[in-house]
Amino acid sequence: MTRFAWLPEFETRLQTAGIAAHAEKEAPPARALRVAPAEWGLAATVAAQYGCRWAGMWAEADEARMRLYCVLDYAGDPLLLSAEAPLETPEFTSQTPHFPAADRMERHARDLFGVIFTDHPDPRRWTRHRAWPEHWHPLHPDQAGDSPAPGRTPADVDYPFAPVHGNGVFEIPVGPVHAGIIEPGHFRFHAAGEPVLKLEERLGYVHKGIERLAVGRDPAALARLAARVSGDSTVAHTWAACQAMEGVTGVEVPPRALALRGLLAERERVANHLGDIGAICNDVGFAFAHVQTARLRERWQRRSRECFGHRLLMDTLIPGGVARDLAAAGRDALRADHVALRREIGPLFDIIDDHPPLDDRLVGTGVLSREHARALGCTGYLGKASGCNFDLRRDAPYAPYDTLEVPVVTDSEGDTAARVRVRMAEVLASLDLMDQLLDAMPSGETAAPLPTPPPDAIGLGRVEGWRGETLAWVRFDDEGRIARYFPRDPSWFYWPALERLIMGEIVPDFPVCNKSVNGSYSGVDL
Amino acid sequence: MLRILAHILRTGIVTEPPPTINDAALETLGLELRRAIDVRFGRSLALRFIDAGSCNGCELEVHALANPYYDLERFGVGFVASPRHADALLVTGPVSRHMETALRRTWLAIPSPKFVIAAGQCACDGGEFGVSYASYGAVENVVPVDVKIPGCPPRPEDLMLGLLASLHSKIEG
Ligand code: SF4
Repeated sequence: MTRFAWLPEFETRLQTAGIAAHAEKEAPPARALRVAPAEWGLAATVAAQYGCRWAGMWAEADEARMRLYCVLDYAGDPLLLSAEAPLETPEFTSQTPHFPAADRMERHARDLFGVIFTDHPDPRRWTRHRAWPEHWHPLHPDQAGDSPAPGRTPADVDYPFAPVHGNGVFEIPVGPVHAGIIEPGHFRFHAAGEPVLKLEERLGYVHKGIERLAVGRDPAALARLAARVSGDSTVAHTWAACQAMEGVTGVEVPPRALALRGLLAERERVANHLGDIGAICNDVGFAFAHVQTARLRERWQRRSRECFGHRLLMDTLIPGGVARDLAAAGRDALRADHVALRREIGPLFDIIDDHPPLDDRLVGTGVLSREHARALGCTGYLGKASGCNFDLRRDAPYAPYDTLEVPVVTDSEGDTAARVRVRMAEVLASLDLMDQLLDAMPSGETAAPLPTPPPDAIGLGRVEGWRGETLAWVRFDDEGRIARYFPRDPSWFYWPALERLIMGEIVPDFPVCNKSVNGSYSGVDL
Repeated sequence: MLRILAHILRTGIVTEPPPTINDAALETLGLELRRAIDVRFGRSLALRFIDAGSCNGCELEVHALANPYYDLERFGVGFVASPRHADALLVTGPVSRHMETALRRTWLAIPSPKFVIAAGQCACDGGEFGVSYASYGAVENVVPVDVKIPGCPPRPEDLMLGLLASLHSKIEG
């Protein structure tokens, strides 16, 4: 099917619903439509009924207007829906009633920009704790200065968690500081005996103002910031940001650089899956797998440093290409590594796949149904383990994946065991992809200079990171500097999915469920 | 079970010597450290880890300290779940303003004498995030810091060296 062949029909649907949609400036690869702010929510209803996947939203503002964007995906085609309201009355209807996944991103826009959603079902703050006053919005154009209350920040003790009443129901508060070595966040469990009745997450603890720090940066500095949105997804976020910037400047990224980016992204996928597979096993007491995968991961990271200069691959991508070429010796070493890793994980994955005590804890634990995964917008291993068959590398391929056959493995069980299986299959698939990339590695330059973007240019980047679809939105100002950056990590959809899949599970299974989902805190707190 | 045992046997032991071993000066430090830990901390050093706002890159490398190549525990250094059981605090990230109170309280909960290690560029000087409406930047802007380990993120061997150095300075000071 040709790209966007569905769009006329969708526009007709909007019209039938009484929504006037106007074509807008495109942000390739996305098409763009604009609706009235009062019809923002209704447009989402139409999209939901049409079968679109809701893929994220963000706000931006200038001196006169507040503008919202959301991405609706259909068959891999991104439609950018926008609406605009005067800055003094930035009122929109909410998309949350139609797409539950929109809840936190709308509240994030409300906290940071002062957007008013007239019918949002949840009036509670999200990203803002108590570091700045309720009516001060760090990204509102009128509030560009410092926060009005720079004193000590009190603990966020007055967040009104939704109560659960009933005989024998009790609350378990956990965090923000956890017992282990993990990022900070708060979990509020309601339980009756061991089964969890409800889990509510309170995040935002690692909010460090990334969106405001991006403003005024040049492309290279934005890439450095993007590399630090979520350290475990540094390639994915940097690539998405670079794609967004490159799309609007018309730069031809050299084919060799694109192939190397593919290699780096797959290396990131393998490293994280290896680490997580072991950590999941460790959480149910199977330390053997943890030690083995940790060993393999360590070797993998050392090679990353040797070949690309960084263990986690930070700052290996730059606007226009990659920072460092892969030497011939490096190429041979990587090939040998792939052979060795395949040999090692063969028997190891067999054991993990078929070890009854492990099955006892993982099979049937933390089930996310396909319906919920879809409704919540999950991509990546979380979506795939629940039967959502989507992968940008195959469904909306960008170079170098447009010349490769990307196998997409899905599972139907939706439990923790399925998430482990999908991850193991992805490791094997990545090894094949990397071999193909190495075999067909084009020669030539590894970077091209980025031309100055046209004034007020906008760009959307979309990359299949190891966690799933990773977006980046960029707007340039008239001087070619960044006026707006929003990175949409897949974790926005992972966290609500965790709240859902833990329902009815016992409290002691929470760590393993959490690990198998592994949402990034930093990636959503921003 | 046999498969597992076979795999373990095949893999063997991969633990490497501590990164200090080749360097004469650092070797001396290593010995001193061992002795100092024995005397001052009852043969083990208990660390409480806190991520005060990191991008999670530093956290991944702190994790790596436990892998079989480094196996930090063999030097008597381990991570504990409660600050009340800790001798020292290992902090990563710029301190987000939303984590200020949690960091301060964790630090207060550690019995004295205690010391604080700031790990990673962000923890040392604010790194890419610096000071803003949302971030305090360096850890020392919130709690006193004894040792800084730069790097974005610091490699596991940098972290190990930093830990050794922190004990060293603590013993001298
Ligand atoms: S020092 Fe680097 S890796 Fe560590 S938290 Fe800061 S940005 Fe992330």
